[in-house]
Amino acid sequence: MNKNIILYAALLIFGLAAPFIFPAFKVQLSILCVLIVLALTWNIQGGEMGYNTFGNILFYGLGMYLCASVQVGMFFPLAEWTESGGEKTFVHTPTQFFQGMAMGLVVAAVIPTIVAGLIGYSILGLRGHYFAICTLGLGVAAGEISGGIEIIGAGQGFTTPPFPDVGSLEARGEFFYFLSFMAVVLTFITVKSIYSTRFKLILNAIRDNEDKAEAMGIQTMKYKIIGWMISAFFCGLAGGIMGGLVGYIDSTDVAFDGREMGVFMVLMAILGGKGTLWGPVIGATVFHIFKEGFWTFFLGWQYVALGVLIVVIVIYFPEGIMGWLREKYPERFGEVVDEADRKAQVELK
Amino acid sequence: MDFLIFQVPMLTLQATLDGVLLGILFALIAYGMALQWGVMNIINIAQGDLVILGGYIAYFMYLWGIHPAWGVIVSPFIMYFVGVGIYKLVINKVVDRDLFISILATFGISILFMQLMNFAFGADVVLANSGYGTTMLFDNSVTLPNSKIFSAFISIVFAIGLVVYMKKSKLGRAIRATAQNARAAKILGVDTEKVYAATFGINAALCGVAGALISITFTIHPYMGLPYTIRSFMIVIVAGLGNLPGVAMSGMGLGVFEEFADYILGTEFRIGSVFLLLVLILVYRRFKLSRKREYLK
Repeated sequence: MNKNIILYAALLIFGLAAPFIFPAFKVQLSILCVLIVLALTWNIQGGEMGYNTFGNILFYGLGMYLCASVQVGMFFPLAEWTESGGEKTFVHTPTQFFQGMAMGLVVAAVIPTIVAGLIGYSILGLRGHYFAICTLGLGVAAGEISGGIEIIGAGQGFTTPPFPDVGSLEARGEFFYFLSFMAVVLTFITVKSIYSTRFKLILNAIRDNEDKAEAMGIQTMKYKIIGWMISAFFCGLAGGIMGGLVGYIDSTDVAFDGREMGVFMVLMAILGGKGTLWGPVIGATVFHIFKEGFWTFFLGWQYVALGVLIVVIVIYFPEGIMGWLREKYPERFGEVVDEADRKAQVELK
Repeated sequence: MDFLIFQVPMLTLQATLDGVLLGILFALIAYGMALQWGVMNIINIAQGDLVILGGYIAYFMYLWGIHPAWGVIVSPFIMYFVGVGIYKLVINKVVDRDLFISILATFGISILFMQLMNFAFGADVVLANSGYGTTMLFDNSVTLPNSKIFSAFISIVFAIGLVVYMKKSKLGRAIRATAQNARAAKILGVDTEKVYAATFGINAALCGVAGALISITFTIHPYMGLPYTIRSFMIVIVAGLGNLPGVAMSGMGLGVFEEFADYILGTEFRIGSVFLLLVLILVYRRFKLSRKREYLK
């Protein structure tokens, strides 16, 4: 226990100091934080609950549009903003920007949670691959439909308010980094605390055998919906931050980007090891480093590399990094290993 | 919202005929999906990308001066080997695994194909001009391009041909036996590995036919694959596995729905409405089945 506290303190200090140690990578670090949030929340469904969703991108995109719309709409007419390409006609003062951002993030987190609660009963009744395809359809439908709505920019996109001039050039990067870092810390604490309660056991029971869990008297639907709402809350928050960070929202390429973000979150959680607390964090970090490090070598071929990567990870490495470590060092994970049994297993192989 | 379509009977007729002809094409793709889903228990997200690839084969024949209608013959031959290649490289490793693994793996293949086609053929929307002209009906108030009639006819020919092939030929019998019980088929001397490869190849070949027809009648674009996957998935779940008349009927129904959605909501919501319909159908079935305490399996 003591060791854990030291570890968490060290990580927290590192996280707080990171933008000053690597000042050139502030934007990359912020994106990493957003990716970790997405992977952690995907893991609640895909890893713990056994509901492999492609649809968390819905909440992410929803949060992105809501945050930007609130931030603009609080002070200026939204329709004129999107029509004129935004920033040229209206300028946010610093106070307006931060007030709008705070309000926007609240809305971006709360509305997707409500949406998840509303659609949860219908969607989460589906099982297995029907759920996967249904959520995939949900994400794409949201992208296509939001691409046809005029007030949020339709096909030409939506420029989010530019960061106001507060005197320092570094301020924008630091602001968004600390915002996203806060989101990570919040997500991690929430996920860790719910994983140490009965809630996690119920989620795992749903994953292992839902009918039996129901027969044991667990109201599975209630817990599934609550789990999805928690995911939606943090996905929306991450989306809102990402919208401000990127500065430009397009319906199918940035917000409801099933081809990138939607797959990334699944891939990161699987790469790290689904169904573990640290897996998504490790997976997201490794994936992001790989992506940023090697994408430039594959210039133009990123999607080809991504496709190959998905196939390779899914086929040859479905247990993920944490699963592999667990296989190798079971003692570290608190599993009691019978030596004789282990030897017999090795001989069998 | 534009409800003019219901007040002008000719427009309604036009949309219905367009939808039926389009739906027959969808049914052909869905047939391939039902085949490999039923036999191998795999949902192939790359289905639509195979269609688009088949379309590009016909398009390139058109560019080289061959009439694109010959693509209907050439494209399935090439696509059969593409399908077998995909099976040998990827699919045979996911056949016995969890369904989500196959969904994710084929999703990866889909992204890969999309981007490779984007590199190889460019990101332009293209079509192969067949030069078949149009048929006018009812005093020129309903226009039907002959290419659409041609494509519907060819689809029906291929579908019937395949049904007969599955019933009569040795491979067809082996495929049906494997679909019923793979273990029993193996014991009785069916090389299931070969059957799986052939099934996936036939599926890809059907996609090739459909793609060639789509490149003649409509347009193709590297990123247009996913909607075709979703449409065929939707048709299969509405019809049920192994229900061929159902596949044809629900294919046409989907085609008509799309044409009407196109008129009423506007073209920009066409793809969105297809995906939304998928969600609604799945949710409807979930409530229908939950009354009997069953669920989609």
